[in-house]
Order: sequence, then C-alpha cells, then structure tokens
Amino acid sequence: MIIDPQTISWRFVKVWQRNLVTFQRIWKVNFITPLLEPLLFIAAFGLGFAGLLSTIRYAGAEISYTAFIAPALVATAVMNNAFFETTYASFVRMYYQKTFDGMLATPLSIEEIIIAEIVWSATKAAAAATIMLAVLGAFGYVKWPLGLLMIPLAFFGGIAFGAVGLFFTGIIPTIEMFNLPIFLFVTPMFLFSGTFFPVSNLPLWAQPLALAFPLYHLVQLSRLICLGLHETVPVLSVLYLALFSVIFILLALVFMKKRLVK
Amino acid sequence: MADIIEVQHLCKRFGEVTAVDGISFTVGAGEFFGLLGPNGAGKTTTIRMLYGFSPPSRGVIRVFGMDISRDWRRIKARIGVCQQDNTLDPDLTVEQNLILFAGYFSIPRREARARAAELLDFFALANRRSAKVMDLSGGMIRRLTLARALINRPELLILDEPTTGLDPQSRHQVWDRLEKLKASGLSVVLTTHYMEEASRLCDRLIIVDHGKILVDGSPEELTLRHVGRSVIEIGGPDQALRDYLKAHEIAHDDLGQRLLLYTPDGNEISTAVRDNFCHDQCTFRSGSLEDVFLRLTGRELRE
Ligand SMILES: Nc1ncnc2c1ncn2[C@@H]1O[C@H](COP(=O)(O)OP(=O)(O)OP(=O)(O)O)[C@@H](O)[C@H]1O
Ligand SMILES: [Mg+2]
Repeated sequence: MIIDPQTISWRFVKVWQRNLVTFQRIWKVNFITPLLEPLLFIAAFGLGFAGLLSTIRYAGAEISYTAFIAPALVATAVMNNAFFETTYASFVRMYYQKTFDGMLATPLSIEEIIIAEIVWSATKAAAAATIMLAVLGAFGYVKWPLGLLMIPLAFFGGIAFGAVGLFFTGIIPTIEMFNLPIFLFVTPMFLFSGTFFPVSNLPLWAQPLALAFPLYHLVQLSRLICLGLHETVPVLSVLYLALFSVIFILLALVFMKKRLVK
Repeated sequence: MADIIEVQHLCKRFGEVTAVDGISFTVGAGEFFGLLGPNGAGKTTTIRMLYGFSPPSRGVIRVFGMDISRDWRRIKARIGVCQQDNTLDPDLTVEQNLILFAGYFSIPRREARARAAELLDFFALANRRSAKVMDLSGGMIRRLTLARALINRPELLILDEPTTGLDPQSRHQVWDRLEKLKASGLSVVLTTHYMEEASRLCDRLIIVDHGKILVDGSPEELTLRHVGRSVIEIGGPDQALRDYLKAHEIAHDDLGQRLLLYTPDGNEISTAVRDNFCHDQCTFRSGSLEDVFLRLTGRELRE
C-alpha cells in the first residue's frame, strides 16, 4: 500500500497557511514579476517583432502574433511558478531550514506536508496568472468573461507542475542539481510546447513529443480560454493534465517520504 | 507512579550502522529523565523514535499507554519536542513562529495568541515578539524553540541538547525555566553533554554508548556507585605513587600526566596520599557525574 488514507486530512491547510504567511511578508516582490513580465513581452513582440511577423495562422484563424503568445505566457508562468516553488523553495524548507522536521514533531503527517507543498505551489501559480491576466486583459488580449476561467486553469496546471517539481525534490541529491531537470525538462517545454510557434511547424517526427509535454496541453487550454480558439480536443488536454498530476503526486509522495523518514 | 514512556528492546539500523542496539527503559509521570552518552551514542536516534519521527527497526514504544506506530497523531498532540537542530522559520517573526506552530496542533487563533504571549513572557522574549528569527542570538533561538515546544501545553517535553552552544548566563536561565516546569509536574526527557545540567535537573538517567545502555540510576546513586564521594586529582604522578596504589589496590585512573584517585571520604588512604605524594599539584574534590561518564565511556575522542 503506497498511501494510508488515515494520514491525509484537512490539516494540510495549516501548512499551506504557513507558506501563505511567509509569502505575504514579501508579497510586493512576489508581484513584480507577473506584473512586468507580460509588459516586457508585449513590448518586445508587439513593437520589436511587429515588422517581421505581424499575424499568424492558428486553428484556422488569422491572429496577431502578440495575441498568439499572450495565453502561452500565462501558461509558462504557471509552470515556472509551481515548478520553482516545489523545487528550490521546497528544497530550502526541507534541507536548509528543516521546516518539515519541525512539523513532523506535531500531529501533521508527512503526506499532509507534501500535499500542502503542491497545493501551495498551485496557489502561487494561480496568483501570478491572475495578475498577468489583468495586465494582458488591459491590452485586449483576453476575452471576458471567459478569461476568468484562466484562474482555476492555472491552479489545475499548477498542481501538475508542482507535483513533478516535488518529485524531483524527493530524488535530487543537492540543490545545484536542479539545473538538470530544468535543462532537460523545463526549457525544452518552454520552447517546444506551441508557445512561440504552432506545433504544426515542427517536423512530423517531433510533433508527438510536443504532445507529451504537459505545458503543451496547458497552452492549448489557455488559448481556448483567452482567444476562443483550439486546435486539439480540449477534453483530452484536461484528461492528460489530470493523469499527469495523479501520477506525479503519487511519485512525489513516495520519494519525499523516502527522503524525509529517517 | 504510572509510566508514561515504555521502551522495550528498541533497535534502529541505518544500513550497516546499528545506531540503537536493543535498549529498554521507562519514564514515570512527572519524572525528569536524562539520556546521556558521547557523540554518536544514539541519543538523537532514540529520541526521534520516541516522538514518532523515525520508525524503529525493532522494538516497542508506548507513550501514554499508546503504541507510537499506531496512535502517533494522538501522542504527538500531547508532547512537546525541542529538536537538536534549529527548525524555526527564519523568515517569520518570533510571534508568528509560535502562532503558526499552534495551528499545526489545531489550536484556535485566539487561544494561540494568548499562549504565545504567555510563553514569550515566561522565556523573557516579550520585547522581541516582532523580531525576525534571523536576527535573534543563539540563546534567544533556543528559548524560542522551548517556547514553541510548549505551545500545545504538553504533558511530556522531549529536549535534545537544549543548551548546547549557549553562554553560561543563557544556560542558567534555561535551567531555571526547566526547573519551574518540572515543579509544575511536567515530565521531561533530556539529552545533554553538560553533566552539571544532568546532575542538577535529572531525577534519573541512563548513560548509553554504541546504542546500548551502560547504567541507569539517579545522578547521586551513579556517582556513589562508580566514583565515590571524593576524588583526588594528582598532577605529574611519580612511580612511587603508582607502586603505592598498586600495592594497596586503590581504584584510580592513570591518564599519564594526571592521575585520578577515587577514595571513600576521609579514610586513611586519602590522608596517606595527601601526606606522602601530594608535592605540588593535588586537588581534593567531590566525585561528579562527569567522572562517572568518563569512567564508563572512556576518554578517547568519538567521531
Ligand atoms: N539518518 C541517518 N543515516 C545514517 N546514519 C545515521 C543517521 N542518523 C544517525 N546516524 C548514525 O547513527 C549513530 C547515532 O547517531 P545519533 O545522532 O543518534 O547520535 P547522538 O547520540 O545524538 O550524537 P550527538 O551527541 O553527536 O548528537 C551515528 O553513528 C550516526 O552517524
Ligand atoms: Mg544528537
């Protein structure tokens, strides 16, 4: 038996709260990136890139290049926020600050701590997505009110990336070695998930690889919500992300437990 | 006195290393119990099994009459732990550390605030309540850790080296608080490397080495049994003294440059030694727990 259901209760919210309180102490810093990042991209692609490539064909419609990448920016921010939270930040809490050791002297279970870390990373991702959405919406890149669905979608996607991040935290020997999953997993996803160009531009053999990336599916769903356009079956993308989340939540539980129980 | 901790044949292995090798002991309600031993003896490993942090490789632990492997949540709600490592939240304030920790015990926010204020007063931290933990001195960090361990009003307090690295002032302050807690009826398990601390605080203690219990008793009993009431320390002992001790079969430890003589109080041997062999460097003092510890665990360095 991998998980004993008795070890998981709503107590995990207390750990989530602890992260929220810490986050609030530096919330101004935490809000600067999602606020400025979309502005930076709009400036770069809307102004600098405009002469080279003004429109792009996506799902049978002709849209501006900036409108094409705007939803992908939010999806990418969701990935980065959740993944970096459960890798670097969780590792610091686990290894350097021994926060989890302290918690394990209380009625909290290891499972609750792990679940709380993942849920927290998704919360942080959703908060960043909300701010970006407001900025992008102000420039007319979001369809309202459908665009509000981006917030629950960001949370949903955040769970997937938070879980896979915590899985890496469970197996990585030192904090420097996070470079490896970032180079092999995050960066290729960032570039080849239909973020900056449609996947159909990739050579045929590479297209199925892109379909395996969770970010690809999150980008597809984000475009559906922001633009009302889609080139894949949205339900399949939702199912894929759900399955990905379940698998990596289980893996995170197994490997983090192995690491924390001495 | 009902036993609140019962440990039977406890073992813990880490791969090839056997850190705890079949130890059994009990702690009574209201007792201040010491767990002593050199570095690497297995104290922290034992304590971590006591509060359900590590699963034992073998053996049974019952706390408040419940099995730790099954009823860990109910047991943990009733104990307070001060771990060897600092596990405070460096990003949070002193008060936030206490209040959030109270949340892990599902203590309502209002009650947590009241308890935090009370504990900060008790540990003389009230004027630092809004300071960040990162800015505290070592002594304050230890006191805050103790305060945090008491936030759930535990019936049993488990302390892993609560005074290591503290200056004498802070150490005495902590001892004073621990004595107050003891007087209030709290049961305590303590590990320490300060024998003075153990003598002063513990009702009963065990000395462990290589994961095994060497002795068990009160500090006074152990001192009497293994050292005697008085000790003569002789610097630069000569051959004549060594021959004399050998001839009279007197208990002693020969450290080369120094010789320790364990004699019953005021008997003829100590008088003879004083008159015949104490040329310059001779100290007469009472036997102590430190003598017991060093006699039983040896004087070689560990780790
Ligand atoms: N997680 C672990 N993995 C492997 N070996 C361990 C682990 N924890 C402890 N040990 C080993 O178990 C032995 C006992 O360690 P423990 O920390 O219990 O000693 P201690 O009595 O608390 O020592 P100290 O006084 O230095 O704190 C040591 O040999 C240590 O190296
Ligand atoms: Mg220790």
